Amino acid sequence: MKKLLFALATSAAMLGFSASAGAQDKTKVCFIYVGSKTDGGWTQAHDIGRQALQAEFGDKIETPFLENVPEGPDAERAIERMARSGCALIFTTSFGFMDATIKVAEKFPDVKFEHATGFKSAPNVATYNSRFYEGRYIQGQIAAKMSQKGVAGYIASFPIPEVVMGINSFVHGAQSVNPDFKVKVIWANTWFDPGKEADAAKALIDQGVDILTQHTDTTAPMQVAAERGIKAFGQASDMIKAGPETQLTAIVDTWGAYYIKRTKELLDGSWKSEQIWDGLKDGILTMAPYTNMPDDVKKMAEETEAKIRSGELHPFTGPIKKQDGSDWLKDGEKAEDGVLLGMNFYIAGVDDKLPQ
Amino acid sequence: MRIELEKRPRASAFYAVLSPFIALLLTVIAGGVMFFLLGKDPIAALYSFFVEPLLDVWSLHEIAIKAAPLILIGVGLSVCYRSNNWNIGAEGQFIMGAIAGAIVPVVFHEWHSPLVLPLMLVFGMIGGALYAAIPAFLKANMNTNEILSSLMLVYIAQLFLDWMVRGPWRSPDAYNFPVTRDFAPEAVLPEILASGRTNLGFVFALAAAVLLWFMMRYTLKGFEVTVLGQSERAGRFAGFSSRRMIWFSMLLSGALAGLAGISEVSGNIGKLQPIISPGYGFTAIIVAFLGRLNPLGIILAGLFLALTYVGGEAVQLTLSVSDKVTRVFQGLLLFFVLSCDTLILYRIRLVFPGAAVPAAQQGAE
Repeated sequence: MKKLLFALATSAAMLGFSASAGAQDKTKVCFIYVGSKTDGGWTQAHDIGRQALQAEFGDKIETPFLENVPEGPDAERAIERMARSGCALIFTTSFGFMDATIKVAEKFPDVKFEHATGFKSAPNVATYNSRFYEGRYIQGQIAAKMSQKGVAGYIASFPIPEVVMGINSFVHGAQSVNPDFKVKVIWANTWFDPGKEADAAKALIDQGVDILTQHTDTTAPMQVAAERGIKAFGQASDMIKAGPETQLTAIVDTWGAYYIKRTKELLDGSWKSEQIWDGLKDGILTMAPYTNMPDDVKKMAEETEAKIRSGELHPFTGPIKKQDGSDWLKDGEKAEDGVLLGMNFYIAGVDDKLPQ
Repeated sequence: MRIELEKRPRASAFYAVLSPFIALLLTVIAGGVMFFLLGKDPIAALYSFFVEPLLDVWSLHEIAIKAAPLILIGVGLSVCYRSNNWNIGAEGQFIMGAIAGAIVPVVFHEWHSPLVLPLMLVFGMIGGALYAAIPAFLKANMNTNEILSSLMLVYIAQLFLDWMVRGPWRSPDAYNFPVTRDFAPEAVLPEILASGRTNLGFVFALAAAVLLWFMMRYTLKGFEVTVLGQSERAGRFAGFSSRRMIWFSMLLSGALAGLAGISEVSGNIGKLQPIISPGYGFTAIIVAFLGRLNPLGIILAGLFLALTYVGGEAVQLTLSVSDKVTRVFQGLLLFFVLSCDTLILYRIRLVFPGAAVPAAQQGAE
């Protein structure tokens, strides 16, 4: 085998080198994805952002990526490979890449890293996240208006603060319209598994919910909702194609603007490690068109969106009680970011026990 | 017209040695065609797939890391397969070994001692062996088909691990993510070279391969394995027990798979999580056959398969092809290895209906 490899090496060496020589002047901005770039959800939203970035800078940059990278030792190797291949800025786009990103960043102090949705940073590791809960509050209001039964189903991934915060925001939005509104939760324990997500959707519908929302990455729940004739909300990407008559709206992650901004800063030398948490007003999060709903519901949703955008409305404004009945926020009190980012309790109205 | 495989009177020893190399060459050619059809420069693609990873110390380390579990499992399986016992469940034994070994750093996380690591490794081997004991027991005592029982036990092991990390062993400080607590430093397999991440697991793999090669070649036990594998009856005349061989080969391959499991978890992952193997236990079957069930050949085969993983990532990055390319390469490789082997033992004969009928009649007269 050695001989074979040697023969291959010698015959291919010249060609190979000449093929890779020309492309070295461009700045490399690299992406690592946990799922497939055509998953219709989370990863696709990042890839659309990457394409927007590439379009913005054209020939000046390259944007290589690795997809379907499992969280664990393979992630560390994949990120290190990128750092070694000359990437100047690396976006690691899943929570589970956090430790691997930090480890590799220690070895490559000159390479910049940006980790999505995590809480560990370093001089060369920034974090970025989106205030998804703003969109979920609007969805909750819509759900409360649209639901006949007053119960929505929520397909959740992992019981981490990010997801718990989303559930609470949805419930709180719904209860601002209908104080008796309830939400049932199923933990799929995955970000990306069409089979499990579809099973969860079916189970929730069988338990009598007539609106579905999800914090997982595929369009499977939307398709199940469409088959069963109930309404649903899309997640991460506009999922209207999976449910033309089903999707009410979707939280659309529009990372492109952020990627462009940070790449500009990289190129002009002003890049700094920051902890970014942007929302609707910054354009990192947008709502897909409000569809399949009466005009008055649509009007309410648009008004709420405008109020959040202008800063007039913070979705987590008291009075809010915790699930166990104790007070969390007093009348008019707004939640602090630090509390939200470590959220490990339900607010009243969630029909589920938080896995601890 | 119909195609028949006809057994060759005598298999060529020359081609038997050459066949994996022919298979490799065919894989590379087919891969080149595939890259061409994808609209990529096949030479550049093959270069970054198979050659580039060999030119960099860093990626050589990554290859060694990836190869270690494949070799460790593969050599155990080779003894098993030589003795005509078909353990397909190494993936499950790998997982159970990892869980058993992790008892020490997860349950007794407050116990710090140099004994932690050796104990983990022993537990890992016991865990893998015990899990392989189930199909061994079923086969030895109830004549159950070990292919089915060992394969089905894989899924049980996977779900058991999933349950453990979501339930009893979930870390109290990982924000509710389904992982166990991080292993303490003394529970992590040390790296062996200053130049990269390769850990002691690779040494275990090489040592196991050499030991088993020695056993198969120079000891009575090795002879027993070969004889019983080729003819159970002949083995019985020689006084060998095929029942004991079932136990021996299954426990040995299970223990090595378990050792691979705990080594991977301890050296690379540093904790248990729902998925700890990208299918090492199954890929090791390819490795065992590509290495012609010879422990030394398996070292080379394991390194080569590891190269396909690492190289697959390299082409994904340089040429932006899909990550499925790696799987396609592994599939092509197994296909060509098996078909080359088949063609060494058999030759293809085209049978035409017009010619076949008279021949049959002649035979009848």
